[in-house]
Amino acid sequence: MSARAIVTFENITKRFGDFVAVDGLTLDIFAREFFALLGPSGCGKTTLLRLLAGFEQPDAGRVVLDGEDLAGVPPYRRPVNMMFQSYALFPHMTVAGNVAFGLKQDSLPRDEIAARVDEMLGLVQLRPLAARKPDQLSGGQRQRVALARSLAKHPKVLLLDEPLAALDRKLREETRFELKELQRRLETTFVIVTHDQDEAMTVADRIAVMNRGKLAQVGAPAEVYEQPNSRWVAGFLGEVNLIEGRVTAVYPSFVIVEREGMRLRVAHAPIAPGPAAVALRPENVRVLTTVPEGSFENGAAGTVADIGYLGTMSIYKVRLDDGLVLKAAVMNEQREAVRAVHVNDRVWLSWTPQAGVLLAE
Amino acid sequence: MQNTQQRDLVTRIAILMPYLWLIALFLVPFLIVLKISFSQTTIAQPPYTPVFDLSEGWEGLKQFFAALSTENYATLVSDSLYLWSYLKSLQVAAISTVILLLTAYPVAYALARAPRRWQGVLVLSVVLPFWTSFLIRVYAWINILQHDGLLNQALIALRIVDAPVTWLATDTAVYIGIVYSYFPFMVLPLFAALEKMDNALLEAAADLGAPPWRAFFQITVPLSLPGIAAGTLLCFIPIVGEFVIPDLLGSSSTAMIGQTLWLEFFGNRDWPVASALAVVLLAILVPPILIYRQRETRQYSPSSFRGAPEARARNP
Repeated sequence: MSARAIVTFENITKRFGDFVAVDGLTLDIFAREFFALLGPSGCGKTTLLRLLAGFEQPDAGRVVLDGEDLAGVPPYRRPVNMMFQSYALFPHMTVAGNVAFGLKQDSLPRDEIAARVDEMLGLVQLRPLAARKPDQLSGGQRQRVALARSLAKHPKVLLLDEPLAALDRKLREETRFELKELQRRLETTFVIVTHDQDEAMTVADRIAVMNRGKLAQVGAPAEVYEQPNSRWVAGFLGEVNLIEGRVTAVYPSFVIVEREGMRLRVAHAPIAPGPAAVALRPENVRVLTTVPEGSFENGAAGTVADIGYLGTMSIYKVRLDDGLVLKAAVMNEQREAVRAVHVNDRVWLSWTPQAGVLLAE
Repeated sequence: MQNTQQRDLVTRIAILMPYLWLIALFLVPFLIVLKISFSQTTIAQPPYTPVFDLSEGWEGLKQFFAALSTENYATLVSDSLYLWSYLKSLQVAAISTVILLLTAYPVAYALARAPRRWQGVLVLSVVLPFWTSFLIRVYAWINILQHDGLLNQALIALRIVDAPVTWLATDTAVYIGIVYSYFPFMVLPLFAALEKMDNALLEAAADLGAPPWRAFFQITVPLSLPGIAAGTLLCFIPIVGEFVIPDLLGSSSTAMIGQTLWLEFFGNRDWPVASALAVVLLAILVPPILIYRQRETRQYSPSSFRGAPEARARNP
């Protein structure tokens, strides 16, 4: 990944009345990366995208694109293009007319426009439908017209506002990979806004997790998923078990966290003793049917309260003896009839010191 | 089973109602006018002949049809007064409609763009003046436009003119009166079309490099065409037949077809010629309506302005 920042948000604040949509945020997006802004609705991710497109002006801070301060530059002069969540296709124009719209604004020669439109329609496999109007297309086709239209001007940065939200699930999952493939082929910087963590993790090289107008964490998908820096990020990205306790002993490469009847060894650099939580992904928790006697590190005895069958895996909800409920995800490698664990069985949960993430915050 | 049949019957009656309405209140009166237009004047009650009389049976009916003639239509062609009246009406209607479009569009646009909580009040403020009597408002214009009226007083006070300008009994006064009177009929359809428009389309246009004025002409105007067409028809057609405004604000030299018609009916008591005038007027106005209807069904199907229903779009 080249480390050149193509987009820089510097101490950006944006308010709508009393509501602070973006709160003193600073962020670099690198050239040619697929960057995802991920967060719940109202976290400010779309506002950030609209600040870059020029539809909103920051109350404080600056937006820099490829070395140029964008303050006062209207949307129609910014070398970025946006794919809208609603697609915003022009209903009175054909597919080709929609794709050509941006090129016509630049007064390119007619045959050059025609060639570029044809190239773009080829890119999204819509050549046969060039003469259709948007209302004669399926949802997936409209999505591709919107994509072709926003790419036609070769923007420095392509902005995608929830581009797949309107598609049904199967198509959405296929399109994710197509988007990623397209981004690699075009070597354009893509910035996607999404509330769907699977989508962000599938397509993005880096993810910025946003909460209440601030960056909660920025990093590669595996990094933010496996090393969340806060309870909030851990909880937002997928399922997580949070075990609250206290750091009671500190060693050079791990710490000991204790709570009533449980002792956890967590790989972590030394920190000051005090209250802390251990975040544990369900897929890192093993379910054993033989319950060892006494108390051990990184394990707990409990009773299966519920089993959720998801096809490829099952989620076991296990109520520990102290009342805490932990979830464990187990791959269904055998047919259901053969598996040994049932509701109300006594089981032993265990995990490795590397599985847990210590969250002091 | 019986239920569906019953519902079928109810549906049929419901569909029949507007047709009955049209037949009773439009087709029958029109046929009467059409019949009178082929009759001759006579000093009698009613002032035309022949009169439909069923008591004389088949022979009477034959005589009745034999007595009809196209003489009145020949009169319309032979006297240029009528031709000029029609042309004058079309001219006044065309110019007024263009002025209405140009003045109402910005107002409708502003209304559509206004914050939602203000929209109701603003739309009401456009419509509210029209809750008072139309006649009173036209008389008020006489007051404003007369020699020492408000308009001349204001112009003199602002030193735009030195002496009072003659407004009343001019074409200008007629245009002012018409544009004023028909304003809401142009604003409301335009507002309805503009209000529906998705703001994201304008953002998309800007995003793709279109400055606001180009986005306006390439996106907003084409998408408001149904409103433009509706407003134009809603104004143009009644203006062609307008009588009260040119009669009160205009002069006899600006006689529009409505005035000529009125004169034939009530001044000359020549109902047949007046009816012929009305029939020709209708014949002039029907084609634009038909063209509009055809264009509307072909090009501006409602689906092309919202997103089409998913179900239809899925199977292109």
